[in-house]
Amino acid sequence: MLLMDYETVIGLEVHAQLLTRSKIFCPCSADYAGAEPNTHVCPVCLGLPGVLPTINWQAMEYAVMTALALNCAIPEYTKFDRKNYPYPDLMKGYQISQYDAPLSRDGWITIPLNGQQKHIGITRVHMEEDTAKLLHRTPPKAGGETYSLVDVNRSGVPLMEIVSEPDMRSPEEARQYLIQLRDILLYLGVSTGNMEEGSFRCDANVSLRPVGTSQLLTKVEVKNMNSFRAVYRALAYEVERQRAVLERGGTIVQETRGWVDDKGITVSQRSKEFAHDYRYFPEPDLPPMVFSREWVEELRARLPEFPQARRQRFMTYYGLSSSEADVLTASRDMADYFEACLKALGVPTSKGKGHGDILPPLDASGQKRAKSVSNWLLGEFSRLLNATGQDISQAQVTPENLAQMLNLMEKGTISGKMAKEVFEEMFRSGRSAEEIVSGTAYTQISDAGEVESVVERVLAANSRAVEDFRQGKAQALTFLVGQVMKESKGRANPSLVNSLLRQKLEVQDEPSHG
Amino acid sequence: MSRQEVEHIALLARVGLTEQEVERFQGHLSQILDYFAILEEVDTSGISPTAQVIALENIFRSDVASPSLPREQVLANGPQVEEGCFKVKAVLE
Repeated sequence: MLLMDYETVIGLEVHAQLLTRSKIFCPCSADYAGAEPNTHVCPVCLGLPGVLPTINWQAMEYAVMTALALNCAIPEYTKFDRKNYPYPDLMKGYQISQYDAPLSRDGWITIPLNGQQKHIGITRVHMEEDTAKLLHRTPPKAGGETYSLVDVNRSGVPLMEIVSEPDMRSPEEARQYLIQLRDILLYLGVSTGNMEEGSFRCDANVSLRPVGTSQLLTKVEVKNMNSFRAVYRALAYEVERQRAVLERGGTIVQETRGWVDDKGITVSQRSKEFAHDYRYFPEPDLPPMVFSREWVEELRARLPEFPQARRQRFMTYYGLSSSEADVLTASRDMADYFEACLKALGVPTSKGKGHGDILPPLDASGQKRAKSVSNWLLGEFSRLLNATGQDISQAQVTPENLAQMLNLMEKGTISGKMAKEVFEEMFRSGRSAEEIVSGTAYTQISDAGEVESVVERVLAANSRAVEDFRQGKAQALTFLVGQVMKESKGRANPSLVNSLLRQKLEVQDEPSHG
Repeated sequence: MSRQEVEHIALLARVGLTEQEVERFQGHLSQILDYFAILEEVDTSGISPTAQVIALENIFRSDVASPSLPREQVLANGPQVEEGCFKVKAVLE
């Protein structure tokens, strides 16, 4: 039997809660994590008669910023609509959402794919309110009825919906898209992007079609994916399931399927009786919004540089390797810290914008310093952060302090080995490198007289090594250097020790010389 | 308006109708639709759709959180309450 070759078509719908203080249409706190059920609830949340919603400005600003970051067009006019459906997670019987005049349309982002960049279209970004949380209960007694409990705390939390075009051709592309999208939200600081906690959720539309055709076959909606890994596995499963159905001559049923993570399968969910009968109409309680072009441009100018552009700039401008750039730009805080250190060191930092411009590389001495800062951040600093379970934004060491320590190293006031101890002390106490160095035994001894007396003591006590050196054993010198360092508790300036030792050994060897 | 249409609307609105009521509303709803059909005669080709009749736009509040209701008050109208939540019939998706 000749099997047809199928192509995978995936589109994703992402819902992200926005990090506002209050809910989108009322002043209840939006920070409901850990709160007792139904304690962040007011008459607006409950949809009691006579209440009026009012739009939270911050939520709209975050959403428009996100839309701009996703290269969307922002129409001047936008409004809210009512989406009607009877389900107990909606106290009002409708969800306030956006229908035919969303706040943005027609954007795109790029994802890395086989060493190249692939465009993924963004259909729209719009705002809506999150729904109440339902807790399903099964009574312990046999024959008892199952029921649900409604916690309204989540209802009304600003929820941003980001709909992609069906541009993804594999589960891996879908996973990459989600990663890039989440990075952008994190860089903007508009969402926590936490999938496990449900503040960043993803539904997928999956279909197959014969390769080389553009016909749209029946698509299946997949839900309940609570991690990046779950998205990948669920889509991979669903693609194979559909292929198997088609290959045995079956047809795909349009339906919603839920991912069951512990079983590794998708199962058909009982379809909503009234799906697609939402009877949208304009929300009469909320006046429409008109966004001035000046304001949109102001927001655009405030956009930060995005992770991919910054990563590229870190490589071309600072000369970092791709793996260094990856780790440094993985969080905006880390990348900001890195550049703040360089600024404090007097290295000219380049200012990247939005999706980036190509810049000429920094000079060699600047790149050397960048490399050194990168080494400290990815090495000692990360080690201590991991050990203490801290995030770089919580660290006591300021970028200026780290820069000061690197300067002390460069001047030879402290050795590389001492720097590690000094840094650890800075990390633990929050004191500056200079404070630590001046107050304790960390200062390097660069006074020739002081080092010389140690060298003389060591030479006198190690006549065997001195003899070995004279007979041409070069390692003997390394041994003697080590002894001097030990004697000085690591404080002697190593290059001074080296030159003084050579001088002394040679003088004793050839007394007539010089 | 057909019988099925009336039944569908009743279901969406979560309203139970008797046989006689279905028949009665078939007539009533048809009349209402006929009445609105008169509006379709007006030429609106040059007029943009109206979403709002109040002449307001850009009404926002700033992002300030304030205390919510005490939970007893939130749940006061709930027919059934359990574990600090409203209790409803099983909804499984």
